[in-house]
Amino acid sequence: MHIRRALWRCAVPALVIASSPAFAQITPTPGGVLNAIVAPEPPTLNVALQPVAVTQMVASKVYESLIVYSPKLEPTPGLARAWTVSPDRLTYTFHLQKGVRWHDGQKFTSADVVFSYKKILANTARTRAVMENVADVIAPDDDTVVFKLKQPYSAFLYSMDIGGGAILPKHLYDVPTEPDKNPHNNAPVGTGPFKFSKWVRGSHIELVKNPDYWRKGLPYLDGITYRVIPDAASRRLAVEQGTVQQAGAYDIEPFDAPRLAMLPTIKTTGAGSEYWAPMVWVEMNTSLAPFNDKRFRQAVLYALDRNFIVSKIFYGHGTVSTGPIHNKTRFYDPEVKRYPFDPKQAAKLLDDMGLKPDAAGVRARVNYIPMPYGEVHRRFAEYLKLSLGRVGIAVNIESADVGTWLKRMGDGDFQMVGNGVFQYGDPAIGVARTYISSNIRKGLAFSNTSQYRNPAVDELFAKAAIAPEAERQALYSQVQRILVEDAAVAWIYDVAPPVFLSKKVHDAITTALGTSGSYAEAWMSK
Amino acid sequence: MSNTSKYFARRVVKSLLVLVLIAIFNFFLIRAAPGDPAEIMAGLSGGADAQTLSAMRSQLGLDKPVATQLMMHLRSIATFDLGYSYRQQEPVASLIMAHLPATLLLTTTAFLFALASGIYLGVQAALRAGRWSDSAITTFALLVYATPSFWIGLMLVLLFSVQLGWLPAFGYETIGAGHVGLARAMDIASHLVLPALTMGLFFMAIYARLTRASVLEVSHMDFVKTARAKGMPERLVVRRHVLRNALLPVITFAGLQAGSLVGGSVLVETVFAWPGIGRLAFDALAQRDYALLLGIFFVASIIVVAINILTDIAYVLADPRIELK
Repeated sequence: MHIRRALWRCAVPALVIASSPAFAQITPTPGGVLNAIVAPEPPTLNVALQPVAVTQMVASKVYESLIVYSPKLEPTPGLARAWTVSPDRLTYTFHLQKGVRWHDGQKFTSADVVFSYKKILANTARTRAVMENVADVIAPDDDTVVFKLKQPYSAFLYSMDIGGGAILPKHLYDVPTEPDKNPHNNAPVGTGPFKFSKWVRGSHIELVKNPDYWRKGLPYLDGITYRVIPDAASRRLAVEQGTVQQAGAYDIEPFDAPRLAMLPTIKTTGAGSEYWAPMVWVEMNTSLAPFNDKRFRQAVLYALDRNFIVSKIFYGHGTVSTGPIHNKTRFYDPEVKRYPFDPKQAAKLLDDMGLKPDAAGVRARVNYIPMPYGEVHRRFAEYLKLSLGRVGIAVNIESADVGTWLKRMGDGDFQMVGNGVFQYGDPAIGVARTYISSNIRKGLAFSNTSQYRNPAVDELFAKAAIAPEAERQALYSQVQRILVEDAAVAWIYDVAPPVFLSKKVHDAITTALGTSGSYAEAWMSK
Repeated sequence: MSNTSKYFARRVVKSLLVLVLIAIFNFFLIRAAPGDPAEIMAGLSGGADAQTLSAMRSQLGLDKPVATQLMMHLRSIATFDLGYSYRQQEPVASLIMAHLPATLLLTTTAFLFALASGIYLGVQAALRAGRWSDSAITTFALLVYATPSFWIGLMLVLLFSVQLGWLPAFGYETIGAGHVGLARAMDIASHLVLPALTMGLFFMAIYARLTRASVLEVSHMDFVKTARAKGMPERLVVRRHVLRNALLPVITFAGLQAGSLVGGSVLVETVFAWPGIGRLAFDALAQRDYALLLGIFFVASIIVVAINILTDIAYVLADPRIELK
C-alpha cells in the first residue's frame, strides 16, 4: 500500500509536468507530416547541379554534405564524422560516418565523395572556383577521403554546404548519360533523413521518412510535403488557414509579415540565415561618371535614411549594413567609418564635386534598376528616388524582369542597380568576388559588377584567402575599412529573413542553413 | 474531290505553313528578350565563372550560329521532338504533358460555363428587352466585364473559402488525402469551382452581351416575322430561327476564346496555385527556358490552328447557307 501510494504521489506531479507545454517543448514526438511552402517551384531537385535556393530547401532533406554548419558557423559533422588538416594546410582528411546507405539500399563509401567532387561539383557554377584550389581528391579506403590542395585555401571548410557540396550516388551517376539528363535529378536518391516520394509538377513535392537513416532514432517527422503556391496573397492565406506549417523567408512579402507574426498559431524566427548572410545593396557603375568619384557614392549613402528603409520598407527584417561583410559572417568588423543619414553632408560632397543644382534643382540624372523580386523592392526604388531627389540626384526607375536584370548587371549595362548577394559563411567565398578587380567579367552576374578597382583591396583579399586563421581578421578588418571609405557600393542592410512556423513545429531551424537544414530533428507536437 | 474536301486539304497545307512561320517568329521573339538560359541558371545558382558559363552555353547549343540553332529547332519540331529543358532537367514533352491536363480541365470548364450561361443570359435579356430583368442581366454583365478577374478571384476566395469555408482556396486537389475514383473527382471538382468561375465570369459577360445584341437584331428580321405570321410557337421561333442565326458572332468569339484554352491563364493559375501550362510558360519565360517556351508555343499554335478549322465547321452547322470552298 505504501509503495502504491508513494508511486501515486510521484505519478501525479509527473503527469502534470508531462502535460505542461514546457515539457511538450523538450520531448520530441515522432510522427506527423510537415506542410511547407516552396515558391517558386524548384526547377530540379539535383542540388549539386543547380543550387538555387528553392532546390536547396527541398533537396537538403534528401542529400547530405560532408559538413553541417552550426548557427555560430562552426563546421560540425555531416557525412564526415571527423576531419583533420595537415600543418601545411594542404591536406584535408575526412573520416566518413559508418553504416550510411543510399535510399536504394546501396552502401555509401568514399568513392561517392570522390566521384561527386571530381565529376560533378568540379563542373558546377558554385563549386568550380573552390575546386580550382584542389589538386586531387583521393580515397585511401572506403571510409576516408583526402583533399590535396594546390595552395592553402582558408575558406575550404566553409565550401561544403548542401549547395556547394552535396554528395551524389556514384552508382547512379557514373553512367554514360550526361549528369544533366540523369533521371534521378528529379527523383533523387540520397542519404538524408527523408526519401523522395513524389513530385506532381506545379502542385507539390512529397518526401517521406527514411527509416534506415544513419542517425538512429531520426527523423521524427513521417514526411514533409512542399506545396507550390505561386501567389504571395495565397501563400499568406495558406499560413493563416493552417494549410501549411512553414513559410520561408521569401514566401511572405515583408509588409504581410507583421500580420502573420501576430497570429496566435504562428511563431517567427530570424535564425537560420547565418551561412547565407544575405545583403541588399545598391551598386553604382564605377566605370562611369559621376559614380567613378567616391564622393558621389558617399553622397548616396549619406542621402539615404537606412534606418527608415530597414524599419519601414523592409519591416525590420535585418539591420543597417556597416560595410561589405554581413554582421553574421566571419571576420565582420563594425569599427569602420559610418554613414548616418545626413542630406546636408551629401549635398556638400556633391557641391565639392562641382555638381551644382540646375534651375530645377537637379545636379545629376541617373537610372536605377530595382531588384525584380517582389513589391517591396519597387517600394524601395520609390524611396530611393525620393531621397536622392532631395539632394539633387534625379533618379529614373527602369523596370526589368529577372533575366533582364541579370543580363544588364552582368554586362555592366547600368548606372545604378539593386542587388542581393549571399556570403556563404566566409569572405573568401562570398565577399571577395564582388570587389576584386580580377573578377570584373562581362556577362557574369554576382561578380564585381560595379567594376570597383583597388590594388590594395585585391592584395588584402588575396592574402586573407590563404592566410592562417589567426591572421585573417586583421586583413579583413583592413579591407573593410578601405571599402567603406571608398563606398564601393551603397550597402543597405544585412538581411535576417524571417521564417514563419506553426507553434506546433519544433527544432526545425537548427543550423546556419535554416530551412535548408536536414530537418532530421524537426518534430511536431499534437 | 468535293468542295469540302478541297477546302480542308487547302486549309491543312496553309496551316502547316502558318505553323512553320509561327515557329520561326517565336524563335526570334524569345531571343529578343535580354539574357539567356545559361546566364539565368548561373545567376540563380549564386554566380559562376566565365568557363562554367561558356560550358553551359555550349551544352545548351547557344554557342552555335543563330541560323544553325533555328535549323535545329525546326528539325526537332518536324519530328515532334520538342527538346530537353536543361533548366528543369526533363524532356519538354513530358513537362507539357504534366501540366496540360490541369489547364484543359480548367479552361474547358470555364469555357463551357461561360458559353452556356452567357448565351442563356443573353437570350433571356433579349427576350425581355427593356424590362427590369433585362436591365439586371445587362448591368450584371457590365459589372463582371469591367472587374479585373484577379480581384473577382480574391473576393470569391474571401467569401467561399475564408468566410464560409465551403470551398478550398487554392490547389488542384487535397494533397495527402489519398482520394481515389469518384472521391478524387469530387475533390478536384471542389477545387475547380473558384478558378473556373473566376476565369469564366469575364467571358460569360461577353457572351451575354454579344448574344443579347445579336438576338435583338435577328428578332426584327423579315424571316422571323414571317415565321411568327405563320403561327409558329414563339419557343420554336426563338430556337429555330432567331438563336441559330444569332449565334454566328458568338461562334466567332468562342473560336477566339477556345484558341486560348491551351495557353491557360497565368493570372488565375497563379492566384489559385493551379498546376497548369500558363504558369509553366510564365516561369519558362522568366527563366529564358528557350526549349520549354518554344515547345509550349508550338503545342499551343497547333491547337489554335485546329480550333480555327473546327470553328469553320461550326459555322456550317449553325447556318447551312454557308459553304466551305
